[in-house]
Amino acid sequence: MLKNTNEVKSPRNAYGETLVELGKINQDIVVLDADLSCSTQTCKFQKAFPRRFFNVGISEQDMMCTAAGLANEGKIPFVSTFAMFATARCLDQIRNSICYPKANVKIVATHGGITVGEDGASHQALEDVSYMRSIPDMTVIVPADYNEVKQVVKYASEIYGPVYIRLARTNLRTVFDEEKYTFNPEHAVKIFDGDDVTIITNGETLCEVIDCAQMLKKNGINAEVLHVPVVKPFLAKEDVIASANKTKNVIVVENHSIIGGLGSAVCEVLSENLPTRVLRIGTPDCFGQSGEQRALVEFFGLSGQKLYERISDYLGKK
Amino acid sequence: MIHRAKSGHPGGSLSCVEILSVLYQDVMFVPKEWKKSPDFNKRDRFILSKGHASAALYSVLANLGFFSCDELQTFRQLGSRLQGHPSTKTKLEGIEVSTGSLGQGLSMAVGVALALRLNANPAHVFCLLGDGEMQEGSVWEALMNANNQKLDNLTIIIDKNKLQIDGSTNDIKSLEPLDKKLEAFGWQVYRVDGHNEEELKDALVKCKNTKGITAVIADTIKGKGVSFMEDTTSWHGKAPNDNELELALEEINA
Repeated sequence: MLKNTNEVKSPRNAYGETLVELGKINQDIVVLDADLSCSTQTCKFQKAFPRRFFNVGISEQDMMCTAAGLANEGKIPFVSTFAMFATARCLDQIRNSICYPKANVKIVATHGGITVGEDGASHQALEDVSYMRSIPDMTVIVPADYNEVKQVVKYASEIYGPVYIRLARTNLRTVFDEEKYTFNPEHAVKIFDGDDVTIITNGETLCEVIDCAQMLKKNGINAEVLHVPVVKPFLAKEDVIASANKTKNVIVVENHSIIGGLGSAVCEVLSENLPTRVLRIGTPDCFGQSGEQRALVEFFGLSGQKLYERISDYLGKK
Repeated sequence: MIHRAKSGHPGGSLSCVEILSVLYQDVMFVPKEWKKSPDFNKRDRFILSKGHASAALYSVLANLGFFSCDELQTFRQLGSRLQGHPSTKTKLEGIEVSTGSLGQGLSMAVGVALALRLNANPAHVFCLLGDGEMQEGSVWEALMNANNQKLDNLTIIIDKNKLQIDGSTNDIKSLEPLDKKLEAFGWQVYRVDGHNEEELKDALVKCKNTKGITAVIADTIKGKGVSFMEDTTSWHGKAPNDNELELALEEINA
């Protein structure tokens, strides 16, 4: 299932390419963007199917409700812009015009998390998963690499109802083998088996957690690594409980605020079913700042090395 | 029904009764059998962007036989299909989309109109907005988009009753000159007395047969037909008591 390679690919390209593939087989797929089609890669769909592509200009709220109208007539709209503007700016529109009527709209937001980089806090969505997770009927997915993004986008087109997919700006190391990996929304993906600690993650921090787990192993700590791309509905619940039951020690790592994201979802499930101590690692309750991508990952302690240091320290003191 | 529910929006409902009744009786094709009709897909689409006028829409639909008039008595009560603001969730016959949060219906109408065009469906889309609602910025985003997409199957009607919750629309945030603003945004504008059914019918039929985006500014009186509600801000979101109801019905039925 895993790919042992140093191949680095863009999840945004995976999105744009998959849209074109889907557009060929399903005439009902339409795409909307708000003046960021090159960044989100919806421009690939525009080139292939200009009649089914709508650039609404810099009007994200209008875009969300226009998508709801298209969905009302049986279309399957994919709506894209940066995660910052796709969520916070349009929260009312997404809640009342998309989720309340359960409109078949797929919001695929790029530039999630701190790794937006130099643009700084105004563009770094650190709360988007939290916002989207709180709305009834919304499915929230944070895929980890190029190959998984392709499958997740296809999956979103096949299920009925609103979906939020969060993509990173960053080009990411390919983790999953395109031949052997099959996305399954109902389960956590067990990356490593281990008894000492469970580390749960998703999205672009998966590669960092893999690096961290390998360093921990050299130091005699066997971490069980679970990748949980579907944050809502939290269908991987049983897998998370089973792992927590085995290791009695859970850490969640995400490129998102520690409030309201994957860490919170894990805490909610464990507190009700198997009260377990959970360390949440992400951006603390703060805004981001400008910086080169890797510098920011280091600064917020989300690199493999920084995670290794923090988790070793935490386990030592525990 | 507002009296029975002890809550609702009489003022903005009474201002658009003639608009709704002319649309449904004289302008739009909408089968009262709704989804059971073989012609369902041919229906003209109506979106009540000012969702708080739900009482007026429900009344018109019930009187035309979309659902039973008895059901009007459940308005705003627990378990009712007649939600405070229109919802598709309750599957009420005649409700096209869910609205209530202002400034969202026109964008949805544009989406519906785009989809109809892609499907080569000749149906027309009508969207009713409040004049106070035009203060929402997203309405202007949608007005711009409709023009940019060169839609020719969309008509908006603005129920210009000149009042909003906190007072006169002119005092709070004036929209004037509304006709010139709409024209500048690429819309062909008609202006009518929103309580004159002949004027409404003429304008709306013209709009339906016009290629291009059309807007009808309907001058109305908030609370029309009930002397003590007319042109009165306080009747925006208040239910009449027993005596007030009796007086109101006497005046309306007179």
